[in-house]
Amino acid sequence: MSPDTAPILNVAKLTKRFGGFYALDGLSFHVAAGEILGLVGPNGSGKTTAINVISGLYAPDGGEVVLDGGSIGGVASHRLVHRGINRTFQIPKPFLSLTVRQNIEVALAYGRAAVAPPDMAALLDEYRLTDVADRPAADLNNAQQKMLDLVRALATRPRLLLLDELAAGLNPAELDWIAERIKALARSGVAIIVVEHLMGFIEHITDRVIVMNAGKEIFEGKLAVAVQVPQVIEVFLGGEHAA
Amino acid sequence: MPSALKHMLFIVAPLLAVFAVLPGVYQNHLLLFNFVIFLILAQGVNIIYGFTGYLPFGYVGFFGAGAYGFAILVMHYQAPAVVAVLVAGLVGVALGLLLTPLLRLSGAYFAIANLAASLAVLHFVANPALENITRGPYGVSLTGTFNPTLAYTAALVVLALTLGAVVFLKNSRFGLALQAVREDAVSASMAGVNVVRMRVIAWLVSALVAGLAGGVYAWYVSVFYPDNVFSGEFSIFAIVFALFGGVASICGPIVGVILLYGIYNLIGFTTPQYFQLIYGLLIMGLVLFLPAGLVSLATRRGWHVP
Repeated sequence: MSPDTAPILNVAKLTKRFGGFYALDGLSFHVAAGEILGLVGPNGSGKTTAINVISGLYAPDGGEVVLDGGSIGGVASHRLVHRGINRTFQIPKPFLSLTVRQNIEVALAYGRAAVAPPDMAALLDEYRLTDVADRPAADLNNAQQKMLDLVRALATRPRLLLLDELAAGLNPAELDWIAERIKALARSGVAIIVVEHLMGFIEHITDRVIVMNAGKEIFEGKLAVAVQVPQVIEVFLGGEHAA
Repeated sequence: MPSALKHMLFIVAPLLAVFAVLPGVYQNHLLLFNFVIFLILAQGVNIIYGFTGYLPFGYVGFFGAGAYGFAILVMHYQAPAVVAVLVAGLVGVALGLLLTPLLRLSGAYFAIANLAASLAVLHFVANPALENITRGPYGVSLTGTFNPTLAYTAALVVLALTLGAVVFLKNSRFGLALQAVREDAVSASMAGVNVVRMRVIAWLVSALVAGLAGGVYAWYVSVFYPDNVFSGEFSIFAIVFALFGGVASICGPIVGVILLYGIYNLIGFTTPQYFQLIYGLLIMGLVLFLPAGLVSLATRRGWHVP
């Protein structure tokens, strides 16, 4: 990212509480158009919660989420979709009894894409769903359901795309393929936040990573640098490895 | 030909034609009228349950409210029956609006809360303290507007409107988005769908349908008590018929009403002593072996059923 690019999303001192537990405890980061930002950290460090707050599933308990200079904390999900945020889910959530085509149709019709919505046939083809287009989404395998989740998001023409463990469970060939697709999306100007446990995948596609622990960021920069930082090693591998 | 037009021409029009002609050849007009009422109510359940997944166990609340809306307008304002039927629909919608907070619940909780709400409306209407307005538990008699022929025609009109609404849902992006909400509300909002608004619209449309049906029913029977028009049988029958045929389709609830209500009356006439036994077994069999309704027999084989 060139330093003069204004960030599309700015997260500042974000907190989210579940009862007495702080899932997010002052998280701050930003992402710019065309950038791929990795969000990594051990289980329970708040990565998915961060995605859920940014996409409007949860209202934040404190701090700010700013999109294009306007605060969006607590705004309903469908409004955020209309403003250019979309996401995929860790466990894909398609409309199971509807066909693949109908799944996408809903997003094309209601997504209010700022520019012309993408073409259905092209989307199906690009994400290898053409053969199953008229089957109910329930018939798809996990990888296909993940792609359908992604296509549903893309049908609304997001400018900020949040990918929650999209790569988990894909085979190596699929991983290479989806990595190229994600990079191509970023080149087209989409800001992308990737939550992922596969470090090779993160290393391959991200420009920058945020390492999270206990609801806040403990490192920001290149992954290659992150793995040398004692604090990062400590949260991933335990204290004795940090020395 | 667009499929909406096809559905109107090949499903809705023939059904309406049959029920328009039948009174001329079949003497039991009350039975025919009840068929039409259940066709309306089953499609009303279809709109809310089939397209949004909310099971309205107290659906009769809207029906009874509509019937009493009709009665009050006729008794106290001497309104013409047609106007009173329209107001009955609005009373249904008003009650629906009042009950929108129930949509925050889901599954069995919604069903139970809706059932409780319908009982609350029943006991409100049947309250002796309201005798001056609703005649309380003593029932109403609306001899002034009594006209079964016209009331039957009005029922057919309401049925036509209801079927039109279901055809629209089945063929429109709006209906598709409703089904998306039913399948997964979070994903639907991520497709840009305003989940709350969609649910409220479907809820109010199905309340309107039941309100209109209640008004027409009051017009037809003209003498009734709170327990008649708030009878839980209306809810249960409408739900069972819709489920038996298969919801989220146009044909399912129609087939369900004609088969099940047909069997119900057949058994009732011939062997009333076995009727509840047979009917109960039938419903159990349905739930166990065909939970998605008769329509699913065809869709399972990949046939498209409108």
